[in-house]
Amino acid sequence: MVVPVSYYLALSVALFALGVIGVLVRRNILVILMCIEMMLNAVNLAFIGFADHFKAVDGQVFVFFVMTVAAAEVAVGLALIVAIFRTRATVYVDDLNILKW
Amino acid sequence: MTLTIPSFTLSSIGPWLTLTGTAILILLVDALSPKGRKAYFPQLSLLGLGIALLQTFRLWNHTGTDFARMVYVDNFAFFFYAVFILGTALTVLISRHYLEDYGKNLGEYYALLLFATLGMMLLAAGAHLIMIFLGLEVMSIAVYVLAGLFREDAKSNEAALKYLVLGAFSSAFLLFGIAMLYGATGGSLYLDDMAARLAQAGALTQPLTLLALALFIVGFGFKVASVPFHMWTPDVYEGAPTSITAFMAVGVKAAAFAAFARVLFLAFPALKVDWVMILWVLAVATMTLGNVVAIAQTNIKRMLAYSSIAHAGYLLVALVAANQLGAVSLLYYLLAYTLMNLGAFGVVILVGRKKDSYLSIYDYSGLGFQHPALAAAMALFMFALAGIPPTAGFVGKFYIFSAAVQAGYIWLAIIGVMNSLVSVFYYLRITVLMYMKPPEAELGPVAFTPALTTVLLVTAVGVLLIGIFPGFLYNLAVNSVKIFPSL
Amino acid sequence: MMMDYVWLIPLFPLVGFLINGFCGQRLPKTIVGIIGSGVIGLSFLVTVKIFLEFLSLPAGTKAVEKVVFTWITSGTFQAQAAFLIDPLSLVMLGVVTGVSFLIHIYSVGYMHDEPGFYRYFSYLNLFVFAMLLLVSANNFLLMFVGWEGVGLCSYLLIGFWYEKKSASDAAKKAFVVNRIGDFGFLLGIFLIFWTFGTVNLREVFALAAKYPVGSGVITAITLLLFVGAIGKSAQIPLYTWLPDAMEGPTPVSALIHAATMVTAGVYMVARCSALYSLAPLSLTVVAAVGALTAIFAATIGMCQFDIKRVLAYSTVSQLGYMFLACGVGAYISGIFHLMTHAFFKALLFLGSGSVIHGLHGEQDMRKMGHLKKYMPITYWTFLLATLAIAGIFPFAGFFSKDEILFHSLVDGKFIYWLIATTAAFITAFYMFRAVFMTFLGESRVDPQVHPHESPPVMTVPLMILAVLSVVGGLVGFPIIEGAHVFREFLSPAITPVAHAGGHQAVSFEVFMMIFSMAVAAIGIYTAYKFYILKPDLPTAIANRFPVIYDYIYNKYFVDELYDATIVEPIKAGSDFLWHGVDDKVVDGAVNGSAGVITWLSAHLRKLETGFVQNYALAILVGVVLITGYLIGR
Repeated sequence: MVVPVSYYLALSVALFALGVIGVLVRRNILVILMCIEMMLNAVNLAFIGFADHFKAVDGQVFVFFVMTVAAAEVAVGLALIVAIFRTRATVYVDDLNILKW
Repeated sequence: MTLTIPSFTLSSIGPWLTLTGTAILILLVDALSPKGRKAYFPQLSLLGLGIALLQTFRLWNHTGTDFARMVYVDNFAFFFYAVFILGTALTVLISRHYLEDYGKNLGEYYALLLFATLGMMLLAAGAHLIMIFLGLEVMSIAVYVLAGLFREDAKSNEAALKYLVLGAFSSAFLLFGIAMLYGATGGSLYLDDMAARLAQAGALTQPLTLLALALFIVGFGFKVASVPFHMWTPDVYEGAPTSITAFMAVGVKAAAFAAFARVLFLAFPALKVDWVMILWVLAVATMTLGNVVAIAQTNIKRMLAYSSIAHAGYLLVALVAANQLGAVSLLYYLLAYTLMNLGAFGVVILVGRKKDSYLSIYDYSGLGFQHPALAAAMALFMFALAGIPPTAGFVGKFYIFSAAVQAGYIWLAIIGVMNSLVSVFYYLRITVLMYMKPPEAELGPVAFTPALTTVLLVTAVGVLLIGIFPGFLYNLAVNSVKIFPSL
Repeated sequence: MMMDYVWLIPLFPLVGFLINGFCGQRLPKTIVGIIGSGVIGLSFLVTVKIFLEFLSLPAGTKAVEKVVFTWITSGTFQAQAAFLIDPLSLVMLGVVTGVSFLIHIYSVGYMHDEPGFYRYFSYLNLFVFAMLLLVSANNFLLMFVGWEGVGLCSYLLIGFWYEKKSASDAAKKAFVVNRIGDFGFLLGIFLIFWTFGTVNLREVFALAAKYPVGSGVITAITLLLFVGAIGKSAQIPLYTWLPDAMEGPTPVSALIHAATMVTAGVYMVARCSALYSLAPLSLTVVAAVGALTAIFAATIGMCQFDIKRVLAYSTVSQLGYMFLACGVGAYISGIFHLMTHAFFKALLFLGSGSVIHGLHGEQDMRKMGHLKKYMPITYWTFLLATLAIAGIFPFAGFFSKDEILFHSLVDGKFIYWLIATTAAFITAFYMFRAVFMTFLGESRVDPQVHPHESPPVMTVPLMILAVLSVVGGLVGFPIIEGAHVFREFLSPAITPVAHAGGHQAVSFEVFMMIFSMAVAAIGIYTAYKFYILKPDLPTAIANRFPVIYDYIYNKYFVDELYDATIVEPIKAGSDFLWHGVDDKVVDGAVNGSAGVITWLSAHLRKLETGFVQNYALAILVGVVLITGYLIGR
């Protein structure tokens, strides 16, 4: 059975939207980072869907790069969360607003 | 199945290799050398940057692509290499003393600066969307870390986290755009092929293309700090270490504009009407908001952050013009902006003294009497940022606005001119404080190090030199933008 | 040829600025003064040499361009760092360097006790540099460099005594108002660039000649440029900064706010005569604004007591005359008046500076009087300048002002002439009022203050300027054919209006002269009556001859009637204009627009809430808007 590319795309968009909503509404920085991961993985899904559809390998290669970059980003993010927790003893984004106006 | 390994010339990515090598060397030396003997990282970085610059000169006038069409080898990229190297070198020079005050003169700082520069180069030379994405992330991740360099400082942490969250958020949008473009072109990620492929593709893929364009504008709009994707800028600029703020304002912006211009001009010439319209609105909003809000700021770093937003607006005007002069003015202005902005931040670091003690604009009161040379330099940079002749800022703005006029966007030029008039208000306020207000308090001596003196001299002379004799740079820029056939 | 070294003219002041600006603090005041004045003197000498060379050029040479280097290029477009040597720029260069030189020397004495002595001279030199650039540039862009530069220096110098709040406020106001003007000017340049593809003055004028009279784009260009001129030259409605600019040191007022910078607008209009002559509508605007400003400022000048403010309003009014002249197509008369005005108004300001210096900072004329005894040189030179500005034969102002009145009637409209003549009457009145209140009559000087004459370093420039104010007008001697050397010299640089009025009978010209002089004389007499005679006459005569007193009283009643019906309303009107319009409307508009921006700024910054999710939301809104636009277009 061949799954049409539009199915991949629809799932990808849905996942992406979920990620966006998560970033906007969740307060915990860890969860926000996870939601960003979700957005990236939604993109990965789209890439794989297209790569399969067009039989072009670039998309699958791209996915590897995205995963690597995402890992690096999360590593930095977690390090920052640790640092913030040390100075401010919080992991909630709405506690972080000394910089404003 | 046979595997053909494409032929390539290593020298066409020479500057990248040098920077990577230097950065790794610094990390190794840092790890292996005994504690307390870490004074030579700036010199090492400068050496690496110098070699990279030489390699860039050697590459000048090469054309085409390399590494299986993954990398552009052209003057447009090389011009930006030079801008990045200049920006990074000046950042290295303003960093050392500043970091020593914080006890943060670490090897990884310089290594990260070099990695970020590498990322910028990838962005400027990327011929394949993977390269552009990779460049963007290499640059961004390094800068996230650098922004949070002062681990113990709540502001620095917060700035880094905000930048990271929003940066990753916007990168995800950009990435989604790339995926859509990948679908619309029927499975190609080469910039060179985009225009033709998009033209062939049927009406069915039109929504994908449009979505891709929108998301590209979002992703790059974030990096260049365009309204409404600018909101991180003031916070991050204020919280990050001053030297990194300077680096972000010039390097990151320039790199993002390089890739932005390439993608728009090469991949989306068919949709020019649309993106011009969108960027027109963004440019106006960005200039106006940046300039208007800058007036109310009293923290110099925050003020310069809004100034940087406003400048993103001017640079967007150059993209809107989308003609040869527009592209030339983009290049010219980015170099000029690198000089004047880094110069201004050099003064900010000097006036801030130990651990950023003096960041309020009122701390500049009476500077003209206590430190005439420093104040004169600052006044020059403020005039340049405001676009007062005969500085580079004026010539750059003139190029940009005449490009807009040439392309028929008279109103955009008028709004731009009006904006630069408004901007004079807050730039000149610094000058007024320095020359027309008595000192608030005895600020004590300013520690002129040879490095900082060099920065101020180079930037001040540069701002005047390319303002009075812009011809050489103009010709270089014209040479660099020849690669865009659609202009 | 010295002409090849024309760049020396602006270079000398620039060098002076650099030396004084960077090393001045460590140099003794004498050296700073010598450098500051010396560089201007050198520029003046070079100008004179070039002037002589220009005269010896073969007949028919209209202008010489000397390119130093090419500044901005883009495609076929070029803006050079180049100088245009033609009669107009030579006249301006001569006036600027000459008058500046005298004022610099005067400043050595006037500013002697000033701690910021070196700062003062470096700003002043920078100003002269920018002004020289402005008047000798061969293209609009370079002219704009000078235009911005003089504005900046004017700003720095008005706020020179920044400790005084009024001074820094005045500086700010001058700055804001000038930005509005500069905006117009810059837009004008863009429109020129867009229309002609070049900003070179002579190329633009040559190309413009192909356009029909009244063409829309030329009209737009000239109107935009005129907005710049309005700001720089303090015309209605952007004139309010000039009286406030009197907060600066008096020599600055003399140099920048009387002799040179404020005339830049007039220079620019005359320089662009080739454009203005093609735009009748713009010319009408120029003339109307000029005429209105002339009378408006003159009436306000009547009720001022601060000697410098009297001179400031007088400057605004005289600038109005110059624009009126340009507006009726008599550009040469405008420049002529610009030159004579530079002489006598600089002299008036320097004279008032000498008075202020002698009275240790007193500027209120009600606390002066009878200073003639203490400062004779100042008195006599001031009187000569006053005669010149009032337009008494054969002083310099007579020739130029008379020409303007003549042309406003012949080439313009009767109403222009009427306004200008009335303004001339008022000018004569308030200028002599100033002389009488300051130098003659009873002494009202504070007994604590002992007035004294200024040192020679100040009085010698006064005397030189006085000589110029007396003979300066003779270069434009009317009636006799060929005696108007000034017109002969300048006409190659000016493009006249096509419909210029025909030749008038000599007798008519002579009649006009006599008439304008009579008007001035009546003005002087009125002032004399009010400020010298009136205080003593009534009481003295009433005591000795009661009957005659009645008679005189009745006669005087006419005066009172006159006073009540004409002078008082004018005074009231003037008061209204000053306090009502001046302070409320114009200032309100300027402060208001600045206020709106500040208000916006204070509120828009609140958008930056500090919450990262709000920022993410902004990004999302951007995504939705852009996508929505693209999909739904």
